[in-house]
Amino acid sequence: MSPFAGFDMPISYEGIEAEHRAVRQAVGVFDVSHMGEVLVTGPQAQMFVNYIFTGDVTPLAPGKVIYGMMLNERGGTVDDLLVYKCSDNEFLLVINAANIDKDVDWIRTHAAKYDVTVDNQSDSWAELAVQGPQAEATMRDVLGIDCSDLTFYTFKNITMPDGTAAIVSRTGYTGEDGFELYATPGVIVDAWDRLMSAGVAPCGLGCRDTLRFEAGLPLYGDELTDDISPLEAGLGMFAKVDKPDEYIGREALAAQKAEGLRRKAVGLEVEGRAIPRHGYEVLDSEGNVVGEVTTGYHSITLDRNLAMALVDARFATLDTPLQVQVRRKVFPARVIKKRFYTPNYKK
Amino acid sequence: MSNMYFLPSHEYARVEGNIAYIGISKYAADQLGNVVYVDMPEMDDDTVAGEEFGAIESVKAASDLFAPVSGAIIEINEELIDNPRLINEDPEKHWIIKVEMNNPAELDGLLSPEAYAEHCANEKH
Repeated sequence: MSPFAGFDMPISYEGIEAEHRAVRQAVGVFDVSHMGEVLVTGPQAQMFVNYIFTGDVTPLAPGKVIYGMMLNERGGTVDDLLVYKCSDNEFLLVINAANIDKDVDWIRTHAAKYDVTVDNQSDSWAELAVQGPQAEATMRDVLGIDCSDLTFYTFKNITMPDGTAAIVSRTGYTGEDGFELYATPGVIVDAWDRLMSAGVAPCGLGCRDTLRFEAGLPLYGDELTDDISPLEAGLGMFAKVDKPDEYIGREALAAQKAEGLRRKAVGLEVEGRAIPRHGYEVLDSEGNVVGEVTTGYHSITLDRNLAMALVDARFATLDTPLQVQVRRKVFPARVIKKRFYTPNYKK
Repeated sequence: MSNMYFLPSHEYARVEGNIAYIGISKYAADQLGNVVYVDMPEMDDDTVAGEEFGAIESVKAASDLFAPVSGAIIEINEELIDNPRLINEDPEKHWIIKVEMNNPAELDGLLSPEAYAEHCANEKH
């Protein structure tokens, strides 16, 4: 077990590789109760969320989930998050555990000018993620939750057998079909026990990271930070500068776009056996430092040494030859698409 | 008297005469999970007791390898280059480097198997 954002979290139960393959090939369950949940309600909830969030929540129907970021004025990323639109007056923000205090402060500071209530409910909700091609059948057969009516990035409110409220969405962080269930800690513990009895693979933080990495999904702290904009991270589709409503950070993004990005996120394939890791230097063919690895692994599904890296934009074109410094040695690398594995979402 | 000596950072030296076979302990191999890469030093490099001589990588992370003793590297275990998982099967059989010691007195500063077992037990808590 490892300490993570105040939670004692398992890196793995049976081994990262076995858990990773269970999710790619069958089904696995993650205890992600550490995630933060903030409920924003009030007559100006929609206007407010649209002001602090990069995505446009106005045209969304209730029951939709949208991924995006909260940005600072410099265009850096305060956090990346999911927004659940319950109604025009009610939004649930699901944020990273390590950022709960920072985010809640940020949200409250900006909420002062709006007629909204900000309720940090992080300690009231526990959460499971059931992920993999057999996720829908598992939700139905093991937990008695019919998710066949949920399309990708939608959710519904359900009542658990004990009468408590829960939320289930067709979302995840693995590149596979899957669901996230938010409920009271008691309900989640019971659901976990039933999934274990049914033989569903328990999955830890280790394979959560290897899975999201293969699918090209960012991790806050690696690919996104207070100093990295979503444009630099290659996530511009979630932070459009032409969104109708103003939002914090948009001007900075527009300026980055007008001036041209200085840095860009890329995928790298590294030759040889060395594994590129977070923080390792990326060099051009002459040995000059032009960037840094943000995440790297020996990909379990693809059996290749891959990395996401943030590099000088001049070296971000596909097929650009680069090098990665791994301890005392330098290994050749080449720029490739950073979505290494094509997700199997059920749209 | 055992011929196994350990560092708190989980490397062992198995000593035969003035030769030390250096690898990682069973405890360390179990903690790492599947080993996917061993970053070997060059033949003819020297090791310095307590200093890094290579690295071992699991899926999750890279861990530096520290030399229990000083000496000349006279062999690297080339089997591990293509098949690093041998370390998971039997880490004490599949040593990483073979060192000709130049100061065997350094062994006195290493942990005995009993002291090392106690160290691992404490690390778990």
